[in-house]
Amino acid sequence: MLLNPAIIALNSGSLLVTAFAFYALYTALRILTHWNIQSGSELQLLLEKKTYLISTVFSYVLGFELFSLVLFIFTAEHMHDLFVGAMCAAGSLNANDYGYVALVVKIITFMICGVWMIVNHTDNQAHDYPLIRPKYKLLILLTVMIALDTILQIKYFMGLRTDVITSCCGIIFSGESQSLTGSAASLPTTATMLVFYAALLLTLRVGFSVVITGRGAALYGLLAGATTIISLAAVISFISVYYYQLPTHHCPFCILQKDYSYIGYPLYLSLLLAGTTGMGTGVVESLKGPKSLAKVIPILRKRFCLISLAGFLIFALIASYPILFTDFVLNS
Amino acid sequence: MITLLKNLLSEMIWLERQRFFLDFTLSSLWRRKGRNLSLLVVYSLVTFLLSSVIFFTHALRKEAVIILKDGPEMIVQRTVGGRHSLIPVSYIEKIKLIRGVSSVNPRLWGYYFHPASRTNYTIMVPENFSQPDDTVETGAGVLRTWGPLTDGKLYIRAHDGEAIVLKPINTMGEGTDLVSSDLILMSETIFRKISGVPAGYATDLSVTIRNQRESATISTKITRDLPDTRPILKEDIIRTYSSLFDWRGGYVIVLLCGTVLAFFIFAWDRATGLSAEEKKEIGILKGIGWDTSDVLMMKFWEGVVISVSAFLLGVITAYIHIYVTSATLFQHALKGWSTLYPNFSLSPAIDPYQLAILFFLTVVPYTLLTIVPTWTVAVSDPDQVMRH
Repeated sequence: MLLNPAIIALNSGSLLVTAFAFYALYTALRILTHWNIQSGSELQLLLEKKTYLISTVFSYVLGFELFSLVLFIFTAEHMHDLFVGAMCAAGSLNANDYGYVALVVKIITFMICGVWMIVNHTDNQAHDYPLIRPKYKLLILLTVMIALDTILQIKYFMGLRTDVITSCCGIIFSGESQSLTGSAASLPTTATMLVFYAALLLTLRVGFSVVITGRGAALYGLLAGATTIISLAAVISFISVYYYQLPTHHCPFCILQKDYSYIGYPLYLSLLLAGTTGMGTGVVESLKGPKSLAKVIPILRKRFCLISLAGFLIFALIASYPILFTDFVLNS
Repeated sequence: MITLLKNLLSEMIWLERQRFFLDFTLSSLWRRKGRNLSLLVVYSLVTFLLSSVIFFTHALRKEAVIILKDGPEMIVQRTVGGRHSLIPVSYIEKIKLIRGVSSVNPRLWGYYFHPASRTNYTIMVPENFSQPDDTVETGAGVLRTWGPLTDGKLYIRAHDGEAIVLKPINTMGEGTDLVSSDLILMSETIFRKISGVPAGYATDLSVTIRNQRESATISTKITRDLPDTRPILKEDIIRTYSSLFDWRGGYVIVLLCGTVLAFFIFAWDRATGLSAEEKKEIGILKGIGWDTSDVLMMKFWEGVVISVSAFLLGVITAYIHIYVTSATLFQHALKGWSTLYPNFSLSPAIDPYQLAILFFLTVVPYTLLTIVPTWTVAVSDPDQVMRH
């Protein structure tokens, strides 16, 4: 195991957050079993007060998850010189079996947390807690994900041995690798580009119609989720390559480095924002049953859709910039 | 268009609301300055301690990597009975035969113990020493610690007891102090006289390699052809230093755990045990129409103000401590080289990464720990509070 300040910070923070998530889950389960909005009993009043606590805990947890995602990648990046053969975060994460799994679980946890916050925000707009049950059921999944994330992260850091020979990003993300990441790198560039831009245009088109006419929000939610995954594949397939201007280099982490002026951060953050709020738009639409939310939902749907569209636009601009404004041309 | 304007207006109202919250929070904090200042001082102190550790180990790690960058890709030592021993210069030809090796040079270096100052100095023959035999170039630390010079000359006792007089003619710049502080550069003849390294032998060999990726293969070939040698790769040294400084930093943070924990208990206690006056204030606020979420928002801003001030204060003082006063407080614990500590100022090297770690170690736990006490206050009923 490595004892480094960042690992101590990440592990202790994650343990603390998991403890809070379980405490909130315990409260949520009590709410699910004893909730009765008609009752004026002391227990019901206490439970109503507790909803504030859960909201507060999870709004902080959302912030924490985002920070921890960034710090996790930062740490993997920073540690690469401890492993023979590793040249960036890709190599450090590959140092044992848990690295990439932990990263993927972290991203998914952040997105679920974001969607939960959107549902919670929607629920808070009405005074009769219409979404209390679906909201707290989703909380069970979220808590499990947070716990899983913590376990995987600790397993990853505990399993690190500095003398392990790991592959560098040139091997994991090269076309010859048989893994999922390798397959993303060997996707035909022109076809991936076409699919990526088609998905993006379709998402934007549906998004604008959601904003203007209010129809198709559920479809938009699905499209936003799919476009996020396609975009990640596109980053490995050609967007990163255009930034490196090196046809064989498909690493999704090197763009986070100083050499590429940290361009990866706005790129990924805009995509995460767009994907989360986009899926949130679809989820909000599916919640329109309760009467007390009838007025609120169209407003929220529009707002989240606008945020998501802005995110996708920023992502598209950053992704397209080197394709349009550099001499580098990538032919498959 | 109209909806867009409406949206913009609602955003502006939201921003304005937050501004009022912040304004109110600041004046409320100021009203209880004594109480809040003590929290701020302790919070800053904890941040200062942790920042100092992180900045210092990071700067040392960086310094080591920079120094090693210019070093040879590989050093070949000879071992006898598992101990480092002098290497015959004839080995050079054998290593040169290995494909991929571009040059091999003998290195002559060693230590000289000066009894008067009770200090070990590093003596070394540079590749091109153009000065006369009876002169040396010294690092800044040498003349500082040597003691009084006779006629501006250094008297050195050679390995056979003979006294050798050398004139220091050049002092190496402060910029390279970390490596050159205890260094004395001399000609090969004088070196062999002082150290007793016989002709035909060198301390070790430095090997330059055309393609760095081949270094592992080349080192295997060297151990195969010359079984009594031990090749050391530059990347191995860098890796060792990196993990060493990382480990030291982590170790000190674990030691500081008690302090940090004590602070968090203090913060928790502070957030739980509100004064009667504060309770009354919240009761009145709720009485005049503040919502629970408004009180939570106010408390959120209170946390932000305290955390950000303490964080900035701690980080800035740690920056001064490490880069201006050269880490006076714990350089001995973390640096750990010879007894002759060079006087060096580290080149400032702070990146978002270290700030993120610090944020995680201080602000995140503080914020999480104050959630429950804050909530308890925020949901209290106004009549209950005011009745007391």
